[in-house]
Amino acid sequence: MNDVLTTPARVLVTKIGLDGHDRGSRIIAAYLRDAGMEVIYTSPWQKIEAVVTLAMQEDVDVIGISSLATDHLLVPKLMKALAEADLAHVRVVVGGIVPDEDEADLLAAGVSEVFHPGAVRDEIVSSVEKFAAEATNARPQD
Amino acid sequence: MNKIDKTSPAAADWQQNYDKMIGQDRVIKNRSGIEVEPLYWPQDDASGDYAEKLGFPGADPMTRGIYPTMHRGRTWSQRQLIGLGRPADFNERIKSILKSGASALSIIPCNSVYRGIDCDEVEPEILGTCGTILNTVEDMDISLKDIPIDEISIGLNDPNPFLMLVQMLVVAENRGIPWTKITGTSNQSDYISHFVANHMFYRLSLPGARRVQMDTITYLAEHVPNWNALSIVGQHMQQAGATPAQAMGLTLSTAIQYAHDCQDRGMDPDKFLERFTFFFDISISFFEEVAKFRAGRRIWNNLVTERFGVTNPRAKRFKFHGQTSGLDLTRQQPLNNIARVTAQAMAGIFGGLQSMHTDGYDEVLSTPSEDSAKIAISTQNILKHEAHLCDVVDPLGGSYYVESLTDAMEEEILKVIGQIDDQGGMYKAVESGFVQEMIGASALEYQDQIDNSEQIIVGVNAYQEEEDASSRPVLKRPPKSHMQAQVERLKEIKATRDPAVLAKGLQDLRDAAQSKDLNVFEAELNAVRAGATQGEVIAVLREELGFGQPLVVA
Repeated sequence: MNDVLTTPARVLVTKIGLDGHDRGSRIIAAYLRDAGMEVIYTSPWQKIEAVVTLAMQEDVDVIGISSLATDHLLVPKLMKALAEADLAHVRVVVGGIVPDEDEADLLAAGVSEVFHPGAVRDEIVSSVEKFAAEATNARPQD
Repeated sequence: MNKIDKTSPAAADWQQNYDKMIGQDRVIKNRSGIEVEPLYWPQDDASGDYAEKLGFPGADPMTRGIYPTMHRGRTWSQRQLIGLGRPADFNERIKSILKSGASALSIIPCNSVYRGIDCDEVEPEILGTCGTILNTVEDMDISLKDIPIDEISIGLNDPNPFLMLVQMLVVAENRGIPWTKITGTSNQSDYISHFVANHMFYRLSLPGARRVQMDTITYLAEHVPNWNALSIVGQHMQQAGATPAQAMGLTLSTAIQYAHDCQDRGMDPDKFLERFTFFFDISISFFEEVAKFRAGRRIWNNLVTERFGVTNPRAKRFKFHGQTSGLDLTRQQPLNNIARVTAQAMAGIFGGLQSMHTDGYDEVLSTPSEDSAKIAISTQNILKHEAHLCDVVDPLGGSYYVESLTDAMEEEILKVIGQIDDQGGMYKAVESGFVQEMIGASALEYQDQIDNSEQIIVGVNAYQEEEDASSRPVLKRPPKSHMQAQVERLKEIKATRDPAVLAKGLQDLRDAAQSKDLNVFEAELNAVRAGATQGEVIAVLREELGFGQPLVVA
């Protein structure tokens, strides 16, 4: 086991569903990039299949989903699609307006962490780093 | 007022005592980067500039307000944004909100409507969770059941190509109401702001949106003369990160762009500028917001005179709607948000707004609840009736600080307008990503200030408390069965249309989009009369005029 990544973590920062408020995702992308991670950033309204394809092509460790207006309700579908694509090792975090009732559902579906408004840079960066290390260790060996 | 300069004995004496007591003074800057002094006094003879800089309300340069009476005569419209899953649910809620004192209505559609997709094509998990489904004329008719649409001012959160307006005009037609009696505003008509900052509303390509907007303005000027076809939106840019001064500057630059576009269509600024309205964010940076609005009013007044030769006083009025900023609200200790909204609303009122939406305190937790929406309305009524904020016109006018800050904000705002002029105008400045980069940098800077605790946020980076979920209101969502019924109904409506009539309506729309001489908005009306849904109309326009893919600068 190895907690320290030797190569930079690769993180996909995106929005699924219908909402287009992207201040949050843009700030998170900048935070992670400033912390030395390799960030793949997309415009909003991505389809779940597109996120899975991109995660595979870009070989990401972590997917960050930003949600302001209930699009997080689609995340359980994303988790299922990732597992079906043999990407179960990829860690998924969600940030934004997520009610408590929904947070429980997301965690149950396998989401690693939900960040709420007020979460700060250090907290987000260190969590994502930790999840990236976990993803590397959980990666299927070939 | 006598001038007292820095070297006068009294001023020098105060400065000395101040320095002694304060020790190491801090530099305090507002969100727009303006350094704020500890004390303001009449260093210049303010009375000499009164006529030029302030004047009387309703007269040039309108710094103190656009009407002689302002809120003492007529207070702002209380325009709460409401959106609920089914049209019938919306209708019920809006009737209760109107009873509790709202004086105008505003409709928020579901995000699927914003994206221009009919409900039968949306993933059921997210359908109707944040606004009303409005795909057909029937949906609009049910939403507005028993509501006198010829007597009440209506705000439609209806982005380009304006299908909600089309549906509403057809509803009016069916009810025998002449379009001349329809009043209100297309609140989300500013496609430039959507391209830059709130992609939520962005549907057609930049040139396509420009075409449809101009067709719509032209058509409405002739047929629905009391409708404000254009609301120029600073709110999105400020919510996306622009400082208050940047947001005001970019908004005015957008208005300049639209005014030029109208002129290119041969329209007369003295006429079309009467119908320009604005929509701004009101942050909690209290004095800065008051100064932003006062400065914006003055700049607009001077600008339309100088750049467009306007002489009609009605065309110089800087009419604006304000929405309290959701960005200032916190998930932590959510009831504190009621105090935040109160301070924001006060800034908007002192800034001289014409229409206001106050946020529900739970907006940061979920789609706002009915109870929180009522508190938000009551906040406005308390400020009006109990705090007596409306008794005097521009009550902060003449404050040494507020006047100085108004001047300083004016300078900052004019700098931004100058930068956009240098880029060749707002259309080009957003096409190139210049504006997006400006806003992104400011967003990051502000977030850093919060992360470093330079900007204290109660309950977030100071005064934190242990909290659990019990401090947060319980979430209510529309039952899944309601949404299923809505989808079934749409399928029924689609199945019972006359295919030949529908096909002709959509083909005529396609032809209009391809032709330079036909009016797209008029063709939209005919397509909807022929039974086309909003998704179908938008699909045709996307094919012909290009899909709305925003420019990503990360």
